[in-house]
Amino acid sequence: MTNIMEAQNVKLSYGKFEALHGISLNFPEKQLTALIGPSGCGKSTFLRCLNRMNDDIDNINITGKILLEGKDIYRAKLDLVALRKKVGMVFQQPTPFPFPVYDNVAYGLRVAGVKDKQLIDQRVEESLKQAAIWDETKDNLQRNAQEFSGGQQQRICIARALAVRPEVVLLDEPTSALDPISSAEIEETLMGLKKKYTFIMVTHNLQQASRVSDQVAFLMDGELIESGPTEQMFLAPKKEITSNYLNGRFG
Amino acid sequence: MHEIFLDELKKLNTQFMEMGVQVNELIDKGTRSFVDHNKKMAQEMIEQDKIVAKEAITIEKKALDLMALQQPVATDFRVVISILKATTDLERIGENANSIAVETVRVKGNPRIPDVEEIISRMTHQVRTMLIKVLTAYVQDDEKTAREMLDGHADVHYDYRKARKMIIDGVKKDPNVAVASASYFVIIRLLERISDHIVNLASWVIYKSSGDLFELINSEKETSSEKEIKEEVPKKSKKTKKK
Ligand SMILES: Nc1ncnc2c1ncn2[C@@H]1O[C@H](COP(=O)(O)OP(=O)(O)O)[C@@H](O)[C@H]1O
Ligand SMILES: [Mg+2]
Repeated sequence: MTNIMEAQNVKLSYGKFEALHGISLNFPEKQLTALIGPSGCGKSTFLRCLNRMNDDIDNINITGKILLEGKDIYRAKLDLVALRKKVGMVFQQPTPFPFPVYDNVAYGLRVAGVKDKQLIDQRVEESLKQAAIWDETKDNLQRNAQEFSGGQQQRICIARALAVRPEVVLLDEPTSALDPISSAEIEETLMGLKKKYTFIMVTHNLQQASRVSDQVAFLMDGELIESGPTEQMFLAPKKEITSNYLNGRFG
Repeated sequence: MHEIFLDELKKLNTQFMEMGVQVNELIDKGTRSFVDHNKKMAQEMIEQDKIVAKEAITIEKKALDLMALQQPVATDFRVVISILKATTDLERIGENANSIAVETVRVKGNPRIPDVEEIISRMTHQVRTMLIKVLTAYVQDDEKTAREMLDGHADVHYDYRKARKMIIDGVKKDPNVAVASASYFVIIRLLERISDHIVNLASWVIYKSSGDLFELINSEKETSSEKEIKEEVPKKSKKTKKK
């Protein structure tokens, strides 16, 4: 099993406040890794490091290494557009742009300079199908994406992330703003896509983590407490504190 | 929220131990009624076995409620699951003890072989000691003792084979003991099964503390012909770790 990404001793400070204290974690290819832990433990901060979304924040200081296919993404002269094409992101709140579904999904491709209308058409359809939203949008491709339901919007966002054929998709609590049925649909979508993509997902829903992930990493106070195969983490974690957290107890 | 879970778990553990103590008494009563020809005691314990069966259902229901409502995972999950599974083994032990008592009723008034009855008493003592040990390991989360117990029923198997030979010799010497000897065969087999279930209990202690799962011994499922073959060869440890 190859690791498509590797974080090595990643430390991050917002000004004087160190939010990540040295996180090392491998992300196996074509697997879904769930990042779990109490609010404020640094999950989103860590996730954003993986495609350099933190770069623009003032007074931020990041050390350590993050390798994508063996190469450090924090190296000088890295092409950010190319990185974000390889490592896409889906956020907690569905964030489709206020224009048609078609243009939402085509957006990344256009940014990447793709002009071939036929290729774009094909990718839009494929991506919407992969995100399991094709049936609901194929007759409405020109409808404003924001007019769809929350769950549909989130799947449009997933389709948008997939359109550029990323290697890795980062998801930050992708279902926490959705109702249980829409959440279940997103989960199912992710399960179906696991063979094609590597997912790294922050989630507060532990049952969701146990259902969809292959690997779980448990963070607390900016530290990686424990990580391992999902089954092991949920049946026999190595640390008592992990078991406590998984059973809804803190500290 | 978690307080409730811990509280329920404590109650569950207490009930499980109570059931264990009852079952241990059943084993004692079962063989004692047989050896002492005490038909009344035998009938009494048949009643007691019903109580044990009820306790088992109470424990199972409570454990299932905990699973469904609290949805424990990790350590908590293993604690509840192991109690659920261990209760089944405990219940089987009670049933086997009960079957020993049933033999009392059948053999009453027939000539016997005192040496065999002595071995039966000894085997009974062994399994009762094992049961106490495994129950203690259970409450104390004593994985080490439980692991030692995985192969710990060698004494019982040894006496089982010895008793078998004695019974066969006894019938050859005096055919009048035929009725009793049929019961002897049944009883030593039942005691052996009890020891198998005790080893299963040890497996649950280990699962509870480590998550390691072992192949359980299911002696009840053997057909009689398989049994015959197995009985001739010294029983090897069947414990293999499941992956
Ligand atoms: N832009 C920021 N500036 C300063 N502190 C921040 C910023 N973003 C997050 N933090 C702090 O970093 C810690 C980790 O936050 P975050 O990564 O959002 O946690 P999580 O996603 O696990 O809830 C928190 O203490 C949070 O207040
Ligand atoms: Mg967050």
